[in-house]
Amino acid sequence: MNVYAYTHLWLIPLMPFAGFLINGILGRRLPKWLVTSVALLAPLAAFGVVLGASDFLLTVLLPCLNSTCMPVASFTAVPWINIGALHVDFKFIFDQLSMIMLLVVTGVGFLIHVYSVGYMKSDEGYARYFAYLNLFLFFMTILVLAGNALLMFVGWEGVGLASYLLIGFWFSKQSAADAGKKAFIVNRIGDFGFLIGMFLLLANFGTLDFSEIAAKLSASPAWTGGVLTVIALCLLLGATGKSAQLPLYVWLPDAMEGPTPVSALIHAATMVTAGVYMIARTHVLFDHAPIALNTVAVIGAATALFAATIALVQTDIKRVLAYSTISQLGYMFLGCGVAAYSAAIFHLVTHAFFKALLFLAAGAVIHAIGGEQDLRKMGGLRKKLPVTFWTMTAAVFAIAGFFPFAGFFSKDAILYAAFTQGTGGKALWFVGIVTALLTSFYMFRLWYLAFLGEPRSEAAHHHHANPWSMLGPLVILALLSIGGGWISGALTGVGRFGEFLAPAVGEVATESGSAQLEWILSGIAVAVALIGWYFAHSFYKQKPERPAELAAALPGGYKLLAGKYYVDEFYGATVVRPLIVISTYVLGLFVDKVILGGAAWLFGGIPTFAGALLQRWQSGNLRSYAAWLAAGAAAVLLFVVVPWASVLASIGIQTGMVGR
Amino acid sequence: MNSFLSQEVPLSWYLLLSAVLFSLGVLGFLIKRNLITVFMSIELMLNGVNLSFVTFAHQWHTVKGQIFVFFVMVVAAAEAAVGLAIIIAVFRARATLAVDRIDLMKL
Repeated sequence: MNVYAYTHLWLIPLMPFAGFLINGILGRRLPKWLVTSVALLAPLAAFGVVLGASDFLLTVLLPCLNSTCMPVASFTAVPWINIGALHVDFKFIFDQLSMIMLLVVTGVGFLIHVYSVGYMKSDEGYARYFAYLNLFLFFMTILVLAGNALLMFVGWEGVGLASYLLIGFWFSKQSAADAGKKAFIVNRIGDFGFLIGMFLLLANFGTLDFSEIAAKLSASPAWTGGVLTVIALCLLLGATGKSAQLPLYVWLPDAMEGPTPVSALIHAATMVTAGVYMIARTHVLFDHAPIALNTVAVIGAATALFAATIALVQTDIKRVLAYSTISQLGYMFLGCGVAAYSAAIFHLVTHAFFKALLFLAAGAVIHAIGGEQDLRKMGGLRKKLPVTFWTMTAAVFAIAGFFPFAGFFSKDAILYAAFTQGTGGKALWFVGIVTALLTSFYMFRLWYLAFLGEPRSEAAHHHHANPWSMLGPLVILALLSIGGGWISGALTGVGRFGEFLAPAVGEVATESGSAQLEWILSGIAVAVALIGWYFAHSFYKQKPERPAELAAALPGGYKLLAGKYYVDEFYGATVVRPLIVISTYVLGLFVDKVILGGAAWLFGGIPTFAGALLQRWQSGNLRSYAAWLAAGAAAVLLFVVVPWASVLASIGIQTGMVGR
Repeated sequence: MNSFLSQEVPLSWYLLLSAVLFSLGVLGFLIKRNLITVFMSIELMLNGVNLSFVTFAHQWHTVKGQIFVFFVMVVAAAEAAVGLAIIIAVFRARATLAVDRIDLMKL
């Protein structure tokens, strides 16, 4: 066992939390350099602890990427809940899965913190921004390290809170405040599923501990379907909320109202992948629930294609990337759904690199040309922003899936795993390939529109240089986007990466595929990426008037895509409107005004009315007081002296007092 | 001796007298307007009660009632001292002793 990991795991979430406390409480009074160093040290220290805990040099850099080098460590800090049969501990687990995830969260997180120093330089809420960012890292590391579902739920809700705070960071802007609320409320629907899933776990397993659940399931291998399917589907609902999958993806495009580094960190690289991580973490449940697993695959494939088609026509650079993120998350779900968890996690890692890079580069573009986000008003930025251009190019090639960029390896691993899963798998593979074509097209469209051609607005002419605090992370992430896929150690499939993750998520169960098949499939993937590039080239480089012609030729289709399939409008009409009507008229007018308001009025009115009557007694007239006193005394006397029981008995009313 | 002097007065007579005294006190308290008369009515009520105390003490051959009467007399004396002082103060301030006009505590 790795002793270091045992005793110091708690430092990983604690570092960002300390940063949050310092910057959150004192930030406004501290000098800026101190705020910056606290904010940067927190994720860096956490990253260092992760490296130390994982014996980074042994397991990743040296060719020892297999399970024997990395013992699983778990650390129970204190018992948390201990009521009857319910036992929940503050338990962290540090296995291959959480190690990979933590490296991404703290590593990419640190780079984005560095980038933010330049990006948020002149913002009034500088300290507040970094406090929120550190708070996010705190909850994200809790989520990843959690050894039971309840602790994971704490992190899950916490990152939702941080996401809400950061989307609505510029809260004086109405659209930003609304987007924050939308993200929070839509996530609530998913969280409901997660909660129900947890209750069902508790009812059927008596525990929320992941390893205990896995042990109980492996003890009864014949137990499949039934309640396990229900549990897995509930957890899937939670995952679709957090990871912006159909039907709960609607919050993610709006979340682009937040600062761009936030979009990169939370809404591209880390938080939105929590759903994928959760499915991988609870994969034993899904393995025992084939129906739920198929649902995961179908939702993933459908979301990938659906979001990619919307991304084709978006004109806001960040929204293109947002839909692209939803689409890529769909790939990860597809990977999970064909039980290729390691491929999904692999894609999660490479996606974190190139999508964070895409967002940061987009942020650099926006920053350089003064806040303009409309692709139609950019153009010709290649010469003016060379570093941004070349790093963005690396990311575009990576996401499009060109060899030897990172995206090629991971996307190929998922598609290969899908292809070898029978007829249904081949259909999923086909959807994935079509999505890859669309992905390549819309990414090169963005690339051509933003960087090549002639500047199409005043803003694109005038620009100011980006500081190196912003460009440095771009370069590092570009290197990772190029080389990040090589850790698989194999040209196709997940290779070493899959072997490394196998103890945590299980082997990829595939039909016997041949090396030849792998070569053919990766050939098709690259060919499709090339076709996408060719189309983008001919549309946006050679004949820039062609997209408009096509849109005019297919007005219905174009409108449908530009209107994002009118899903927001549909939800608005079917869910939001009825809710508002019920809230206004039933709950607001009837329950609140009539029932609650009436009750409050009644309880307030009785004493007021009685007081108004009784105060007439307080005449101030001494003799009237005396008369009341005498009358009272007479009444008491009457009550005591008169034998009431016999009086009542004499007029025919029996009471128990007679004869006593 | 068989004169009427040696005859015991029946208990009920004493009690009746006591009740009459007390009722007169109450009546005086309620209908009189002069503060001093009201005050005297209170004394009358107290003494009506005193009489019944003494009566019962004699009847039951116990000393408790007598002791109570002494207490009542002491308290009544103290009350008379304080009460008369207040009456003098009120008269100086208001130049009247009619209770209906001393209604400062009225809402």
